[in-house]
Amino acid sequence: MTVFAALFLWLDERLHLDDIIAFLRHKTVPTHRLSYWYFFGGITLFLFVIQVLTGILLLLYYRPGASEAFESIQYIMTRVQFGWLIRSIHAWSANLMIFTAFAHMFSVLFLKAYRKPRELTWVTGMLLMFLVMGFGFSGYLLPWNTLAFFATKVGTEIAGQIPIIGKPIMIFFRGGEEVTGATLSRFFGFHVAVLPGLVTVLIALHLFFVQRQGISVPPKLEVEWTANPSAKREMRFFPNFLLRELMAWYAAMGVLGALAALFPWNLGVKADPFVSAPAGIKPEWYFLFMFQTLKLIPPKVWFIDGEVLAVLAFALIGLLWLLLPFFESDQPSRMKVWITGLAVFAFFYVTGMTLYGFLAK
Amino acid sequence: MSAAHLSQPGPPRRRFVEILLGGGLLATFVSFLYPVLRFLVPPAVPDLGGDEVVAGKTGEVKPNSGKIFRFGSRPGLLIMNSDGTYRAFSATCTHLGCTVQYREDLREIWCACHNGIYDLSGRNMSGPPPRPLDVFGVHLRGDEIVVSRQRGA
Repeated sequence: MTVFAALFLWLDERLHLDDIIAFLRHKTVPTHRLSYWYFFGGITLFLFVIQVLTGILLLLYYRPGASEAFESIQYIMTRVQFGWLIRSIHAWSANLMIFTAFAHMFSVLFLKAYRKPRELTWVTGMLLMFLVMGFGFSGYLLPWNTLAFFATKVGTEIAGQIPIIGKPIMIFFRGGEEVTGATLSRFFGFHVAVLPGLVTVLIALHLFFVQRQGISVPPKLEVEWTANPSAKREMRFFPNFLLRELMAWYAAMGVLGALAALFPWNLGVKADPFVSAPAGIKPEWYFLFMFQTLKLIPPKVWFIDGEVLAVLAFALIGLLWLLLPFFESDQPSRMKVWITGLAVFAFFYVTGMTLYGFLAK
Repeated sequence: MSAAHLSQPGPPRRRFVEILLGGGLLATFVSFLYPVLRFLVPPAVPDLGGDEVVAGKTGEVKPNSGKIFRFGSRPGLLIMNSDGTYRAFSATCTHLGCTVQYREDLREIWCACHNGIYDLSGRNMSGPPPRPLDVFGVHLRGDEIVVSRQRGA
């Protein structure tokens, strides 16, 4: 302990860490019966760190390229010691991260944490959500197996449906007219360089906003606490909340480790552009609700192509979703009911369509 | 956060719980570190060369010339002397591992990286190489020039 104390004093003398500690001591987290929802953002961040670490490890052996990618992952899973585990953790953590990001988003939505003054926190959070889905989509292709090949073909084809700009976008993503090794090279670049850079910057902004503004309280409680300040309940961020958060991380790690060890991620069959798509092919679960919508929409709606209509609708909904806080009232006592209604509808639409997509033949 | 505060020993029960917690976290950390360290070690690549390799055909190499051939995962150098006899060496320079070449004008083995020179027995003659090149055995099998590792030599 004395070594740590001496080291701390040495650093403190030079960097004035006591300011930061004083700031951390002042920082509080509101305590109420829904407080545990505050953990999901932190767990998502934790899983992202795991993604970065396991991703770096996989980079030691992975080789992008149509003739090498599949073989290199085969090598990782069969020859490299604990390679199967590292890859499995990377794949499971990706899925858990998207799940916790969704849980975080819906909790923010239902607790109305997005409203003034936290609009920008919501915007950066939504941008992070889109990027994380981009991570999922680009990473899915890297093993270069049949499922990945067709998922990428369909995914980029969907982008190609957008009128006028669709085709150039599709060619940009594919690196040509078709999904080939060139697509793999691009997706690899997006996955390990472009997206990590963007996400890191956005996470820094997102956390900066949270630090600056403190943690939101649901509007009802906010009204109550403003009227009667003695009813206010808070816990200190450091160490009380942080230790609870660490316990949540530890639990998340346990779940992740168990899933990765008991259900190692499959590699599948190597992609072959001249083989038919296998029956029952589906995208990853987080794209299922959109996939299922596309399947249900008729080929022609009035005079517009059904596909085009759905893609445009999703793009528009995504944009409005991003700007949602700007439609909300800035009075905690006058929350817009339609936004709550929309949130409930979105929640049931996404979960319902996802389940439907799972069960549908 | 003073030094005195940090070093103050707590009651024994608290100390016990701290050790339990710290030990648990340490064990967790080690259980993560172990697979990661094992993952970092590249699996051994089997040397597919074996002890013998066909370095070329008799017609391929002219007198007073050299040829680089594959011996497992490393290069070898086959030389045909002016008198028609063959010699073979490891082509990896003993200095810093560059691949050497036969210099027809000097009738010597030369490493371009740091100007190391070996004679036709593989002995380091001048420049930085600290040791002679490894010498391989050569024999003919029909029109094939077979190079073999000399065990214990």
